[in-house]
Amino acid sequence: MTLTCALPNVESPARQGTVGMKHGSGGAAMRRLIAQTLTRGFTDELTDGIGLSAFDDGAALPIGNGQYVIVTTDSHVVHPIEFPGGDIGRLSICGTVNDLAMMGATEPLGLTCSVVLEDGFPIETLERLQCSMRQACREAGTTVVTGDTKVMGRGEVDKIILNTTGVGITRRPISDATLQPGDTIIVTGTIGDHGIALMAVRHGLGLDVDLISDVAPINGLVRAALESVHGAVVAMKDPTRGGLASALHEMGDKSHVGILLDESAIPVTQTIRAIAEMLGLEPLHIANEGKAVIGVRGGTSVTARLLAALRAHPLGRDAAVIGRVVAEHVGRVVLDTGLGRRLVAEPEGEPLPRIC
Amino acid sequence: MRSVLPVGADQLKFRDPSRARALAHAIERTTSAIGRTITVMHVCGSHEQSIAKFGLRATIPKSLDVIMGPGCPVCVTDLPEVDEAVVLAQQGVRVATYGDMLRVPGTAMSLAEAQAQGARIDIVYGAAQAMELARDTTDEVCFFASGFETTAVATAAVLLDDPPPNFSILSAHKYIPPVMEIVAEMPGNRIEGFLAAGHAAAITGWGIFERFVEKHRIPVVVAGFEPLDILAGLARLAELVREGKPAVENMFPRCVTKEGNRNAQQQLWRVFRTTGGNWRGIAHIPNGNLRLRDEFQRFDARRRFTIDLRQFWKYAPSALTQQCVCGDIMAGITSPTKCALFGKECVPDSPVGACMVSSEGTCRIWHQYGGHPDL
Repeated sequence: MTLTCALPNVESPARQGTVGMKHGSGGAAMRRLIAQTLTRGFTDELTDGIGLSAFDDGAALPIGNGQYVIVTTDSHVVHPIEFPGGDIGRLSICGTVNDLAMMGATEPLGLTCSVVLEDGFPIETLERLQCSMRQACREAGTTVVTGDTKVMGRGEVDKIILNTTGVGITRRPISDATLQPGDTIIVTGTIGDHGIALMAVRHGLGLDVDLISDVAPINGLVRAALESVHGAVVAMKDPTRGGLASALHEMGDKSHVGILLDESAIPVTQTIRAIAEMLGLEPLHIANEGKAVIGVRGGTSVTARLLAALRAHPLGRDAAVIGRVVAEHVGRVVLDTGLGRRLVAEPEGEPLPRIC
Repeated sequence: MRSVLPVGADQLKFRDPSRARALAHAIERTTSAIGRTITVMHVCGSHEQSIAKFGLRATIPKSLDVIMGPGCPVCVTDLPEVDEAVVLAQQGVRVATYGDMLRVPGTAMSLAEAQAQGARIDIVYGAAQAMELARDTTDEVCFFASGFETTAVATAAVLLDDPPPNFSILSAHKYIPPVMEIVAEMPGNRIEGFLAAGHAAAITGWGIFERFVEKHRIPVVVAGFEPLDILAGLARLAELVREGKPAVENMFPRCVTKEGNRNAQQQLWRVFRTTGGNWRGIAHIPNGNLRLRDEFQRFDARRRFTIDLRQFWKYAPSALTQQCVCGDIMAGITSPTKCALFGKECVPDSPVGACMVSSEGTCRIWHQYGGHPDL
């Protein structure tokens, strides 16, 4: 007997083969897989708000009175599970809190947490992870309100998977698809810190410098930004997997605009810049876990006010205007290197240090 | 990018935008004095990397066409050379090689595919690491060596350092000067000057190009790899074209001398000799391959093992491979964006041609920086 889907068949774009690691790296391949397989056929019946078809960081569901519930979910896997500046526990809280914030909900009502553990996982480690989850919740002003726990056999899961779902409320959901030519692009701090810190541990690079992940809940920072310029923040995205390059590509692509970046304005520490150059990596491709890309509409005074608000916050000290939105180069990100201009490509697969 | 730490390093010395603009203007003045577009060729993946990374093609005036020639040793590794490595691996020899070499397509398969079928392949950073591998085992370890004269010196040094008896070399090393002759003599080429690679010249010395210049009456400028090095090299090259002065000029004097590194040259020529051979997609290049001298035959995989390539005779190149224009790209006749496969069927994950495999390959570099070099 063969089982078939009882629902009306939606013509599949005939993807052959299997899922590869590149499908999980946040770039174009992943977006294709999601669009062509995972979300295919789900009807999006929202007339207001933000639904599945928007491929945003979460959903915005209207609940009347001009209010929206924001829901977002994220499964966290990271190797190693403990790294300089954080661990998978802290990451699981920050990732979801930040996704809520990117949608405009900066005061999470609560989080759920599902844990999948591998047989043999040390309870001592679990306690450490749980402790850092509590700490991250405290920083974000939220808590875990319900959860689920599963244990799987050895080798059936790699140590631990943490899934968190967050719920928040906002009057003004913010999309990542509403940039217009003339908008200004701001990033809230230095880029590349998380990815490089992880890579250094993962590949045993033996670098004699202190590399620390930027993993942090930035809902407070985003709240300060939103309050400083009522309504002028028109788009937001956190540049996690795939880095600034993927985030900007996605925003530009969905908004049908081009983005012009000024390389000299992009904040990056000298250490990260040097390591990235040595390893043949682009800081623009490296993951961040405590940063946001913000699209602002309005004159220079609006931008200045927003920038001042960001810089007054401890997590936004290095915030900077890094570029602007243009009508040309639709779906592309153009980088002015000071010495010339080139396109920024989206990373394909995990960035790997150069072999030779 | 903006540094948030105090800038103390002098790393920006070669990345000064105002000097870059001044050099671009100098090129512009020279080419407008010439009154037409001129074409020059560089022969180095590292030059292309810098040009692409810093977006220099948007700065260099349109009247100077800079094309990349056969500057990627991995890309010009010929099919039978890959086949030899595959056969050795299938015979149970541990093949150690650079990561880039793994996915270079052979006639029937790449080393990566041989590995998937159970062959033992080790990725190493260089010949020395491959030799260490051999020291730690009784297995036969063969280093599949690729690279131009710069890298070949490192391979030579290892062979002169008393390698263990279970160690051998399968040399796919190439020698750049002869291919410049071939490209310069290709009918229909528009090349009026060469930008030579600074690191290779650091070994060979810039004097090596004097005979070439005399014979072909084409100027050669040796240049480094920082953006200003490249722009300054191109500016000087354009001037030499305008002056109608075929000469060698060294624009990388902080690293390159006329004589080069004598010690390295001695090691290179003690171990290797030149011989003719095919460069993938380009042509048969007389004296273009570096092979081990007789004194080192006991370390020469081609003499130590019987490598029977007859199994590959039945293979015809695939339809996609037949559309690949890597050869024309490396000869400077066409460019990646004019290839129908570029960025579609041919991507770094599943390369059709060798130019998409190596991080030194033109197609790979263009793809890495968005696929359109000219904005």
